Amino acid sequence: MSRRRILEPECLLAMVQKTLQIRMAGESGEGVLSTGELITRAAARAGYRVLTSKTNPAEIKGGHATFQVCLGPVPLLEAKDELDVLVAFNEEAWQKSGPDLRPGGLLIYDSASFQPPQDPERSQYAVPMTGIARDRLKFGLAKNVVAVGVVAALFDLDREVLCELIEQKFSHKGAEVVARNLEALDAGRDYVREVLPQEALFSVEADRRSPTRMLLNGNQALSLGFLAAGCSFFAGYPITPASDVMEFLAVQLPRIGGVLIQAEDEIASLGMVLGASYTGARAMTATSGPGLSLMVEMLGLASMAEIPCVILDVQRAGPSTGLPTRHEQSDLFLAAVGGHGDSQRLVLAPTSVADCFVQAVNAFNLAERYQVPVLVLSDTVLASRMTDFERPDLANLPRWERLEARPTGPDFERYQITESGISPMSLPGTPFGQYVATGLEHNPRGLPRYDAANHAAMSDKRFRKFSKAALEAPEPFRQGDPDSELGLLTWGSTAGAVASALQELERRGVRLEMLAPRMLWPLPDHQVGEFLERKKRVAVVECNRTGQMATLVASRYNHPFGLGRINVYGGAPFRQAELVQKIEEWCQHVR
Amino acid sequence: MSAENTHPATEDYRSQERPTWCPGCGDFGVLSAVHGALSQLGIPPEKIVAISGIGCSSRFPFFLSTYGIHGLHGRTMPITTGVRAAGHGLHVFTVGGDGDAFAIGGGHLLHAARRNLDITYLIMDNSVYGLTKGQASPTSALGYATKTSPRGTTDIPLNPLLLAMVAGASFVGRAFSGRPKELTRMIVEASRHPGFALIDIFSPCPTFNKVNTFKSYRDEVADLPKDHDPSDLMQAMNRAACESPRYLGVLYRVQRPTFLQQLEHLKTGTEADRPRLLEDLFDEMR
Repeated sequence: MSRRRILEPECLLAMVQKTLQIRMAGESGEGVLSTGELITRAAARAGYRVLTSKTNPAEIKGGHATFQVCLGPVPLLEAKDELDVLVAFNEEAWQKSGPDLRPGGLLIYDSASFQPPQDPERSQYAVPMTGIARDRLKFGLAKNVVAVGVVAALFDLDREVLCELIEQKFSHKGAEVVARNLEALDAGRDYVREVLPQEALFSVEADRRSPTRMLLNGNQALSLGFLAAGCSFFAGYPITPASDVMEFLAVQLPRIGGVLIQAEDEIASLGMVLGASYTGARAMTATSGPGLSLMVEMLGLASMAEIPCVILDVQRAGPSTGLPTRHEQSDLFLAAVGGHGDSQRLVLAPTSVADCFVQAVNAFNLAERYQVPVLVLSDTVLASRMTDFERPDLANLPRWERLEARPTGPDFERYQITESGISPMSLPGTPFGQYVATGLEHNPRGLPRYDAANHAAMSDKRFRKFSKAALEAPEPFRQGDPDSELGLLTWGSTAGAVASALQELERRGVRLEMLAPRMLWPLPDHQVGEFLERKKRVAVVECNRTGQMATLVASRYNHPFGLGRINVYGGAPFRQAELVQKIEEWCQHVR
Repeated sequence: MSAENTHPATEDYRSQERPTWCPGCGDFGVLSAVHGALSQLGIPPEKIVAISGIGCSSRFPFFLSTYGIHGLHGRTMPITTGVRAAGHGLHVFTVGGDGDAFAIGGGHLLHAARRNLDITYLIMDNSVYGLTKGQASPTSALGYATKTSPRGTTDIPLNPLLLAMVAGASFVGRAFSGRPKELTRMIVEASRHPGFALIDIFSPCPTFNKVNTFKSYRDEVADLPKDHDPSDLMQAMNRAACESPRYLGVLYRVQRPTFLQQLEHLKTGTEADRPRLLEDLFDEMR
């Protein structure tokens, strides 16, 4: 067994720092993700604020996969570009992720798999993970848990917590498997302790104030939010990266008397949702871009017949089948204005994992109050990003109800023309409330009518709801200097990247303010319009080629200098350095 | 059930809207049969949801005094599935035409049937697209000439009964708008059947289909033989495939667990359990 020690105390001292970023990289299916999750979970329980990101190939087995966790004492907005520690399971992992390892950083590699060339700027630490697992423990599968032990020892993660997590993870496979994995954990820990000069090599401060924090990814936060919002019906069709919302609710909904149906396609999914909502259920579906494309005709029906529904779109890179596991924010056009006719729907975009929970609740409340489809645009980054998460206070969640009609005589007007545009809705079973929900233009009683005055009056009624809902848009995410002349608009998960870039720019003396509306359609004038009025120059930062938010904003507001556009569209989110540089360039350009 | 004792009259199911159909349309007969069947079933109008797609026959819900959804072309089955799965204590039935059911909605029909969705689906089959003024439908005869198939269609007609049986429907019948008494009886029977009941109804379009007419159907149809055994799938399929005569009656009927029965079976709690479930999940997700 090789015990080559390359780590020198000098470079270890350099690692005493505020945050620590670790990446696991290897072949997909080798356990890269489960290794990363175990470490993240243990770190979160130890009081660290954590933020993860991962990449995985579209294939089920094989291909390069990474899992990265950033940990520290304060809530984290965005992953750093540079790694402090890289755990490479194979040579490809080292080749692809090695360049991200900062000078002074630490490479841990499986010496049974490959041997990197010497690097004077970085510490390299050979751990025969495969060897320990296969030869010493006679349990090749435990290689990942050996790696967990190695990383845990590096910054002194609590062994008890890890043991508990390993027991949870493997208990369904029997006591024997649990015991062997615990053995692997200790083997990894002991290996580090024996060959390194001191314990607790990394001193990263934790935040021990809030012991009730949970650890969730965006899809989990959304799922919990939908449950907390009263969702009782879900119909969907499996699609990456939204399927795990459906899988989660498939287990949970029957426990509260709810229903989940796997439909034959996405058209049927939303059709079932509308049918369920018609009877009064808080109903939803979840999909990604290709599925949303199919749902467009149903969105039109929901808008015309005024049937509340929630559609979660976990965006991925498109068009068409696109890059199914890659990141992009390119469904905004479809969500906001896709489809024929003058239809209205609300579009919300969570800006963080924690916001996923809140926006899920907002989505149901807005859908029910305004009897409209509400789309929630999440994305691939948020879907799989895990962060620590303050336990929600269920008793204080807002709950908005549908305005229900209880008519006492005939001639009930389901689509009564009202000032707010909201008409009381009768539910099947209610006497005197009978009406036909139709996609045809209709009069207040719901009967098909095609005259000009009626169509104009009914369109106006429906759009009054739309304008009113904008006034109830959730508060936007603001960051930076309110007095700065330059402003950045952004949305979704990119908000975290921009906020983080702003901190770096502030250190460099560049002052900016950012605004990320959490309702994107209709654009809330009191947020976006007001921001544009206050700023001399504004650029829109988003992950797409077409500048979808920029286009929608430009279509509504006339800004004297037009809008700058800062975009990436390679299938990955902004890297910090790249974003800081692009913003700086834009600032210089407009000054 | 108290509803059964009130025995609403046929009139109680009629809305004030006048049907939009052409004089002589087969759908009038189906509408009367539905009014009669609902009256016999004695379900109060506010407990009924009638769901349709788009097409001449899909205007149906507007001519009833019940709740209704006039949805999208071909999407009756998904919408019905949602209403059925989430609605409680409702009587739900679906109506539509042959284009709605078998062309644009063909994919959904298969899945509603295999789920054994608890509904009655009345298909007013006139073998032509009426609302778009006379194009071939999936049940049009081979060679049927229309404005979009001027030299005759090249596709063989689809057999709705065989399709339904193969897909897993548990009640499959054929009726004729020109025989309203039998039709009413079959609708009542189908409504009482637990599971997916499909009735293909010959409902002639006098305006656009000059081939399949009241007269032609009268010449072609015959009652099922007295000894027909609807639980015998092979016999049912043979008779469904027979083109001369075209049999009327309940060709196939079996009992198997329905969609709603299975959904209920999956449920392990109620709405009251929601707060505790959430707190438990919060505890687990650490």
